[in-house]
Amino acid sequence: MSDHNYVPSSKLGKWFNDRLPLLTLADHLKEYPTPKNLNYWWTFGGILTFCLMTQIITGIVLGMHYIAHVDLAFDSVEHIMRDVNYGWLIRYVHANGASMFFLAVYIHIFRSLYYGSYKSPREVIWIIGMIIYLLMMMTAFMGYVLPWGQMSFWGATVITNLFSAVPFFGEGITNWLWGGYSVDNPTLTRFFSLHYLLPFMILGLVVLHIWALHVPGNNNPIGIDLKKPSKDTVPFHPYIVIKDLFALLLFLIVFAFFVFYSPNILGHSDNYIEANPLVTPAHIVPEWYLLPFYAILRSIPDKLLGVIAMFASIFILVILPWLDTSKIRSAIFRPIYKQLYWILVLDVLILGYMGAMPAEGTYLLIARVATFYYFIHFLVILPLLGKREKTLTVPLSITEPVLGGSPNPQMVKKRELG
Amino acid sequence: MKNIIKLFFLIFLSSIFLTKAYSAGEKTDLLTIDWSFKGFFGKFDRGSLQRGYQVYTEVCASCHSMKYLSYRNLAEEGGPEFTQEQAKAIASNFEVEDGPNSDGEMFTRPAKLSDKFVLPYANVEEAKVSNGGAYPPDMSVLVKARSGGADYIYSVLLGYEDPPEGMILDDGVYYNKYMYGNKIKMPKQLYDDLVTYNDGTLATPEQMAKDVVTFMAWSAEPHLEARHKIGFRALIYLFIITILVYFSMKKIWSRVESEV
Repeated sequence: MSDHNYVPSSKLGKWFNDRLPLLTLADHLKEYPTPKNLNYWWTFGGILTFCLMTQIITGIVLGMHYIAHVDLAFDSVEHIMRDVNYGWLIRYVHANGASMFFLAVYIHIFRSLYYGSYKSPREVIWIIGMIIYLLMMMTAFMGYVLPWGQMSFWGATVITNLFSAVPFFGEGITNWLWGGYSVDNPTLTRFFSLHYLLPFMILGLVVLHIWALHVPGNNNPIGIDLKKPSKDTVPFHPYIVIKDLFALLLFLIVFAFFVFYSPNILGHSDNYIEANPLVTPAHIVPEWYLLPFYAILRSIPDKLLGVIAMFASIFILVILPWLDTSKIRSAIFRPIYKQLYWILVLDVLILGYMGAMPAEGTYLLIARVATFYYFIHFLVILPLLGKREKTLTVPLSITEPVLGGSPNPQMVKKRELG
Repeated sequence: MKNIIKLFFLIFLSSIFLTKAYSAGEKTDLLTIDWSFKGFFGKFDRGSLQRGYQVYTEVCASCHSMKYLSYRNLAEEGGPEFTQEQAKAIASNFEVEDGPNSDGEMFTRPAKLSDKFVLPYANVEEAKVSNGGAYPPDMSVLVKARSGGADYIYSVLLGYEDPPEGMILDDGVYYNKYMYGNKIKMPKQLYDDLVTYNDGTLATPEQMAKDVVTFMAWSAEPHLEARHKIGFRALIYLFIITILVYFSMKKIWSRVESEV
C-alpha cells in the first residue's frame, strides 16, 4: 500500500472521494510500488485479466444467438458461424480464447512455482488463484459441451460419470447432475446456465486475488522482501502498465494467429458432428488443457481411486505453501529445486501427452510413472528438500549488490545472532 | 530484449507442441493437392467452386444433404459468386413446401434465394432405408468434421480399390484405401465425364473430386476469405503497434536503472 494520503485536486473530486474513495483506489493502483526487476513471466497476470474480459464479452454476444436445446444447439452454432455478422470471428475468439486463457494460466502458475510466489505471506493469493483455476476448468468443460457435438456429448458423459464412483451416493449424484438418467436436454440447459454464471464468480475472485496481492505486494525474481516504496520499486503506472501492454500485444499476435489461420486446430474434428447418443467416438479426449488430469485419472486401475487421485492432484497444489518447507522463495537460490522444477514441468508435459494417447501398453506405463512422480514431487521431495537443501546466499536488495539477505527478516536476525 | 524473444518463442513452441500432441493420431498418408484456400492469402477458386456445386447437385445431392446452405449463399461474396440471376435460376429448379395459405392448405412452390438447400430425404430413417442402412452424412460441415479435412475427403473419393486378397466384403460394402476401417457403404461415384462442365474443363475423377471438395470446404467455412483478409490486416496492425509500444516502453524505462 502506498503510504501517502491522496487528496483529489478538484472540489467535486474531494466531495465524491470523501463519500466513496474511488479516486483513492485509482491513485493506489497508479502508484502501487512494484519491484523493478520483474521479468516477462510477471506479465501474465495482466494477460489473464484481458483473457477473462475477452471471454466474458464474446460470451455475452454468443449467448444472444445460442440456443440451449439438444435439437437446436448445434444448428444455432452454425447459424452464428454463417449468418450472424462477424459471428465466426466472435466464436473463434471465444473458442481459441479458452485455450489461450489456459496457456496463460499455466505459465502464470509455473512462474509462481519457480519463484516461490505461493510462500508466506502470499498463501491466500495462491489459494484464491487455485480456486479460480478450478472454476476455470469447470467453466471450460461446460462451455465445450454447449455446441452439442460428439465430443461435447461424450466428454460430458465421461466426466459426469466420474461421480458415479462415489460409494453409495454415486448414482444419485450423477442423476442429480444430469437432471435425468443420461446426459440430455436438462444437462445442456443447466450447463449453459452455469457456464454463464461461473465467469462472473471468477471475476469476483480475480478482484480478491488482486486485492490480496496488493497487501504484501509482488514477489520478484530474487524473491526477497522489499521496502516500499524504495529504490527497488517503480510505480505501477506507467512502468508496469506499458510493459504489461507490450507483453499483451505479443500474446495477441499468437492469439490472432490461431483465430485467423488455424481456428480449429486446438479443437477436435468430431465436435463438428452433431451429438448422437447412439454412436460412441473411437477416442474420447478432453480439451488439451485438461489432458494431464485425464492421464492421472486413467493411470489408476480403480475408478474411485482414479477420481480421488485426479482431485488430489489439484488439492495438493492448494496446500503447496505448507508442503514446501523452504524459506527461500526463488529457485535462483535453490540449485536442487531448480532442477527438480524443470523435471516437474517435463513430467506434466508427459502427462498431457499421455492423456491424448490411448490408455494401453507403454503409454499407460509411462502415464503411471509420471503420475507417481507428480505426487512424489509434492508430497515427499518438497517437504524434505526444504529442510536439507544448501541454498545460495540471497541479496538484501535488488539495486544494491549486498549479499546475506533473506526473504525473511527473522532469519537475517537469527543468522546475525548465530 | 533477449528475454522477450525467448518468451515469445517459448509460447510459440509450446502452442505448436500441444497442437502436435493433440492432433497426433492414426494417419495413412492422404492424397493431397495444392488447395487454393490454404495459407495466409488462401482464397477459393471461383471456377472450382461453381464446378463443385455442379458436381454436388448432379451427383452427391441425390443422397447427401447440405442443410446449412441457402440458395442465397451461392451468390454471396467469398463463395461461388454466381450472379443473383443465376442463383435465382438455380433455386427455381427446386420445389419446396410452403404454407399454410389462407385456406389452411400446404402448397409447393419453386424455391427462392432465402430457402435452404432442399433435402434429399424426409428424415434420417428414410435416408437409411434407401442406402442399405447407412446414413449419408450431411455435407455442410463435413470437411471440418473429419481429421485430415479436405485431403481426407479428396482421398476417400479417389480411394476405391479392389479389396486385398482374402478380405470378404458384404453386399453393398466397398473397399476404400483411406476410409476409416477401409469399409464404406458408398459405392465409387466419380467416373470420367460423369458431368459435363460448361467451361470446358475435362471432367476427370481427380478434377471432380477437387471441385466438389473445394465446394465442401467453402460450405464448411463460408467466411474463410474474409477471415484470411481480416487476419492479415490484424496481424500487420498488431506488429506495428507492438513495435511502437516497445519503443515507448524503452523510453519510459530509460528513466530507471533497470533492464526491460
